[in-house]
Amino acid sequence: MAARIQIPREAKRGDVIEVRILIQHPMETGYRHDDVGHLIKRNVINALSCRYDGVEVFRADLSSGISANPYVQFYTVAEASGDLEFTWIDDEGERGSERQAIVVRG
Amino acid sequence: MKRRDFLAGAAGALALPGAALAQVDPRDPLVRALTNGAPVRKGKVTLVLPQLADNGNSVPIRITVDSPMTPADHVKSIHLYSERNPVPNMANFYLGPRAGKAEINSRVRLAGSQRVTAVAKLSDGSFWYDAAPIVVTLSACLDES
Amino acid sequence: MRFAGLALAAAALAAGAAPAQERAIPSGELKSGSAFLGSDLRALQNDAFANPGMLWVERGEKLWREPAGKKNLACASCHKDTSMRGVAASYPKIDKASGKLFNLEGRINQCRTERMGAEPLRYESEDLLALTAYIARQSLGLPIAARIDGAARAHFEAGRAAYHLRRGQMNLSCAHCHDAQWGKRLLSETISQGHPNAYPAYRMEWQTMGSLERRLRACLSGIRAEMLPYGSQEYLDLELFLAWRAQGLPIETPGVRR
Ligand code: HEC
Ligand code: HEC
Repeated sequence: MAARIQIPREAKRGDVIEVRILIQHPMETGYRHDDVGHLIKRNVINALSCRYDGVEVFRADLSSGISANPYVQFYTVAEASGDLEFTWIDDEGERGSERQAIVVRG
Repeated sequence: MKRRDFLAGAAGALALPGAALAQVDPRDPLVRALTNGAPVRKGKVTLVLPQLADNGNSVPIRITVDSPMTPADHVKSIHLYSERNPVPNMANFYLGPRAGKAEINSRVRLAGSQRVTAVAKLSDGSFWYDAAPIVVTLSACLDES
Repeated sequence: MRFAGLALAAAALAAGAAPAQERAIPSGELKSGSAFLGSDLRALQNDAFANPGMLWVERGEKLWREPAGKKNLACASCHKDTSMRGVAASYPKIDKASGKLFNLEGRINQCRTERMGAEPLRYESEDLLALTAYIARQSLGLPIAARIDGAARAHFEAGRAAYHLRRGQMNLSCAHCHDAQWGKRLLSETISQGHPNAYPAYRMEWQTMGSLERRLRACLSGIRAEMLPYGSQEYLDLELFLAWRAQGLPIETPGVRR
């Protein structure tokens, strides 16, 4: 599961930074049919979390109500230089993760 | 009371000029699971949806909550409900004082025209909500491509 | 009347780019499909981070460097990273060696089968969409400039005929919608001029990325006409004609569509 994360490379301590993530996942609703008419099993990313230097700063429960290739944007305070690490898991138990570093000055 | 009634009720109440009276029905099982019967007041939360979506598969949504986001006073979570989707609780977002700003943007699936509701839980235990109507047009042709 | 006129003018044409007045939509009036989108989808297409098609572009960049096939070669083993700039804008194109017309997908598969000893990638497979999108993205902003001279001429004429052929239960040609009705609503859609400049594109209806041929099949299916197999000659010829109609329009891959 590929994903893209966008955060500023650098920030001042205390800045509120925008965090964006886009994950490649069909978010199968369980109501779609394949080419031969079989129902495709529901399979969505049901949990997504973001840790900043090991501390959870954001978490979400998702469902089939979130679009395919889910996009989520939120904010966090730049506290210290370190990594933002995202992890997620879908109904079939497949896990994904992606990280991005930020340099915090001041 | 069923969920449909609660949302219809909320929608009806919202249309009144005395919108301050409008409340999400706390007896709704979905909301009660969240609030444990506490009142859910209109306000603080702003839910932004386009008025019209060309395709219900991907509708941009923004939820902001008026909160200083300090350790003493912040948003703990935001809960999104759909009136017509097969899964009514579309998403829950958990944040805290480290968010700095209580705003979430995402893209959602909506099964037809409806009213979408966002409920926020604050650190003092209070609940607030906003709701927004949206018209979802159907696609032109059922193409099998 | 117009069809006959076009045929005569085509016969009188010299090689290469044709003068604008022969096109049903003159170059000054060319509009990309994105001009017919709502503001949300247009903004999403232009957001180089949130445009979901960029997931495929990124995947394509990885695949470009990954060795595959019996010879254990990567695309990057033979091609410099910058060598694909402008390439997508010139497709479909005649392959000099074989004299055949190739679209980008076909060309990628030709390199895989003939030069890498690898299996061809299936149309609409994640990998073929990814490589095609990655290569097309490198022509971002460059004007479409396909050639219709030489061996391409016959394909161009066949494509023109295919474009004007009435088909399906609705007995419509491509021109009925994309030359005569563009800008008008068709239920929730606004009919565009039917240009290929944003493909592969991410379509909300598909909830995924799709090739230009998948879009053509969607149009054919919409008018209840026969869908041909992917990569068939009629599609290639149509794609060349579409490129000529869109000449000068900048590449926008990956487009975002309804
Ligand atoms: C009944 C009307 C109709 C007919 C006939 C039709 N199309 Fe379309 N076409 C549409 C609609 C509606 C769309 C989606 C909206 C748009 O125009 O981008 C579309 C989209 C397209 C697009 C994608 C444009 C973009 O920017 O995404 C192309 C290319 C295209 N058509 C080519 C063709 C070709 C080639 C034919 C003939 C084989 C054809 N169409 C026949 C209605 C039609
Ligand atoms: C063994 C070397 C080799 C490898 C590996 C290779 N190619 Fe090529 N490729 C060529 C050569 C040589 C040509 C030019 C052929 C010609 O001009 O007739 C070419 C042409 C192309 C073209 C057309 C360029 C144009 O200007 O029209 C594309 C697109 C392309 N390759 C993509 C790929 C992709 C994608 C891969 C990996 C899947 C790949 N190639 C792997 C040697 C290679």
